Amino acid sequence: MLTKTIFAGFGGQGVLLMGVCTANAAMNEGKFVTYLPSYGAEVRGGTANCTVSVSTEEIASPIASSPDHVVAMNAPSLARFQNLAKAGGIFMLNSTLIEQGLSRTDLIEIRVPAGEIADSLGSLRSANMVMLGAYVAASKVVSYRILLEAVESVTGSKRKDLVELNIKAIKAGYDYVEEHYGKADKKKKSAAKAEVQVEKTATEK
Amino acid sequence: MKTEAKRLMRGSEAIGEAAIRSGCSCYFGYPITPQNELTEYMAKRMLETGRVFIQSESELAAINMVLGAAATGARVMTSSSSPGITLKQEGISFLASMELPCVIVNVMRGGPGLGNIAPSQSDYFQATRGGGHGDYRTIVLAPASVQELFDLTRDGFDLADEYRIPVIILADGMLGQMMEPLVLKDTPIAPEELPEKPWTLRGAKDRPSRFIRSLILDVNLEEEHNWRLYRKYQRIERREIRFEEYFTEGADMIVVAYGTAARIAKAAVKKCIEKNMRVGLIRPISLWPFPNEKILDLTKYAGHFMCFEMSMGQMVEDVRLAVQGKAEVSIYGRPGGVVPTPAELFRVISRTYNKILREKKA
Amino acid sequence: MKKRKPARPQTLKEATFHYCPGCGHSVIHRLTAEVIHELGIADKAIGVPPAGCAVLAYFYFDIDMTEAPHGRGCAVATGIKRALPESVVFSYQGDGDLAAIGTAEVIHAANRGENITVIFVNNAVYGMTGGQMAPTSLLGMKTTTSPKGRDHVREGYPVRVCELLSSLDGAVYLERTAVNSVKAIRKTKKAIREAFQTQINGEGFSLVEILSPCPTNWKLSTVDSWKWIDDVMSKYYQIGLIKDTRKGSSKDAD
Ligand SMILES: Cc1ncc(C[n+]2csc(CCOP(=O)(O)OP(=O)(O)O)c2C)c(N)n1
Ligand code: SF4
Repeated sequence: MLTKTIFAGFGGQGVLLMGVCTANAAMNEGKFVTYLPSYGAEVRGGTANCTVSVSTEEIASPIASSPDHVVAMNAPSLARFQNLAKAGGIFMLNSTLIEQGLSRTDLIEIRVPAGEIADSLGSLRSANMVMLGAYVAASKVVSYRILLEAVESVTGSKRKDLVELNIKAIKAGYDYVEEHYGKADKKKKSAAKAEVQVEKTATEK
Repeated sequence: MKTEAKRLMRGSEAIGEAAIRSGCSCYFGYPITPQNELTEYMAKRMLETGRVFIQSESELAAINMVLGAAATGARVMTSSSSPGITLKQEGISFLASMELPCVIVNVMRGGPGLGNIAPSQSDYFQATRGGGHGDYRTIVLAPASVQELFDLTRDGFDLADEYRIPVIILADGMLGQMMEPLVLKDTPIAPEELPEKPWTLRGAKDRPSRFIRSLILDVNLEEEHNWRLYRKYQRIERREIRFEEYFTEGADMIVVAYGTAARIAKAAVKKCIEKNMRVGLIRPISLWPFPNEKILDLTKYAGHFMCFEMSMGQMVEDVRLAVQGKAEVSIYGRPGGVVPTPAELFRVISRTYNKILREKKA
Repeated sequence: MKKRKPARPQTLKEATFHYCPGCGHSVIHRLTAEVIHELGIADKAIGVPPAGCAVLAYFYFDIDMTEAPHGRGCAVATGIKRALPESVVFSYQGDGDLAAIGTAEVIHAANRGENITVIFVNNAVYGMTGGQMAPTSLLGMKTTTSPKGRDHVREGYPVRVCELLSSLDGAVYLERTAVNSVKAIRKTKKAIREAFQTQINGEGFSLVEILSPCPTNWKLSTVDSWKWIDDVMSKYYQIGLIKDTRKGSSKDAD
């Protein structure tokens, strides 16, 4: 089972950190994992993204031409990755910064007001951690407990207060999705069905 | 032996850490994407460990600083990406002739010219054919994972010293940029702990003076020098070939790929196996010396070798030489920095495989 | 070599120089070897000869030496010095080697304040390759590649290396001398000694630019080429201390 997720947003939103935390958690779970950041000229213009691949088997390519899941922290990321996302996958939107919704109907759209939630915790900057918690709640790519441990080790023990804030933010994001999208699994199945139909019509052609 | 836990590490940094743990005491480099993380990592780590780091004014200067430091016996490394490696060729030719050990990392990017900064394998010829002027070889190691970037860099330092030869680590932008779990299984060695080399220039104290040179005007002596290098290269060819095999036994068709391309190829071949296709993979890890004999041996099963490269037909020439006409050889390449998907490669393999089956029946 | 010459310093091997009669390289080799011997640094000196007429200098100097590709002497010397700080390292370079193909290397070594010494032999031509124009060839000077005489419109101006380097804070000792008379030779030896001493004291980059005759390519007799240095060359390339910002030195460039 191979899952590829793209985390995307403005530089400075901490999208690379989301990827690194996820990758660390997957590694600690004993899974195969690769993390590939955008680099060089791609990073100019203030956008950043990274791809995390998690699998129970060796991973061939760390690149996702068609990601299973996408976590979009800003509107340009929605525009850029909507058409690439694999049917039936989760598309997470930071609704604080993204007003519009998906135009595709074969994806599971999860909207999280990550900015507002982070703000209510006292730090707008931890919106990425809110989104990370939300993403893990929705995708179950890594276990929640191990994610918390990974975040603690990655964000460092130097600043205890920061780690605590991150953990709080992840919890808040996680709870938000549990509360509002608790039935995400069901939706996923129906979307998967839709995908099968799409494929069928494609082969019929 | 000190075993450390798994940690997530960037490819470039794995190379850097391997150098540190190999007792590399001098690093010289010049910024170029996609290997800046390695130069930056060395800047930090070399200073932390009280070793030498210089950001030189050019790749030319860097490789010549390597030459100077290597002449004193220090373990030394430089790194760059394709255009910078071209500039280093002058120095590499001198290092080869003067038999000075060093490790040179090429994190390949798309070319020719400035090309782009995407992963590519377009410098295969340059790396495996010497690269600069003159009749020489360098050992070329091609890692395919972050773990291997580390392991082969460590081995590279040992091979360089053992044979007094420049060793090239041929990686690409994808391997350099990506993070993967890494286990440090080695025992680190400090520069002071390295054995002394008997040929170095450290001042003629209590011994006759020495010189190291490449200029040998007497043709007979120059010929003898070249013969000596050649015999050394033969020794390396006998002893230092490395490869990985995957379902090659009994395979009708064998895919040949290295580095990043081999990762893609492995996934594609795995899919073939699942579909009961008799397809295998051989991954050369040492590109020079090339696993000629192994490939020739595999012609006893396979009638077709498909070389898959992120370039347009470079390694395929070596495969063609290796099979000695005993099998068909084809090439599937994606140049310019494109990394194809396993699904794409699977389709290509299937097409060729089915053709082979049809021909077999006919 | 004539028998009347002073005794060979221990830092020179028993070999006969291959340089043309009247060539400055022979004198400069001897002076450098003498200084190395007198400073007692023969067991930690490492030399870097150039591509140029002096390419075979390792056959003459009885100290450790390594070749460098054309122009890269300062980079190679940097590598040695950094790897082995207790050594005393010098590059020996001609004007094509240092001021054309190796310009970047010398400027940046100087700018880093690399604690090395450069013996820079300015003979205003490419000697080894047969008398082509060098960056230091004087205006009007005829060479095989400036057959009508160097014209600044076509070929640019002669490069004054010491002055060029003098704006760099890392370069602390720059002196220009010549080897066309006994007096000049004595001064050159003193400058070479100062340059090595600068390095031994750990003070930074030192360079001695030596106006050196190449009778063969100047197409002059030995005596006439000495005269040419006085009459022509040193008019453009000012002889003397160009820069001295070493600690304890009050001398400044005049
Ligand atoms: C890359 C390269 N280009 C050209 C040469 C040929 N070459 C050898 S020495 C030299 C110039 C020598 O002139 P200079 O530095 O003035 O020294 P001199 O011979 O006058 O002492 C040249 C161009 C070379 N060895 N390497
Ligand atoms: S050509 Fe000129 S520099 Fe070269 S050895 Fe002869 S006189 Fe000296």
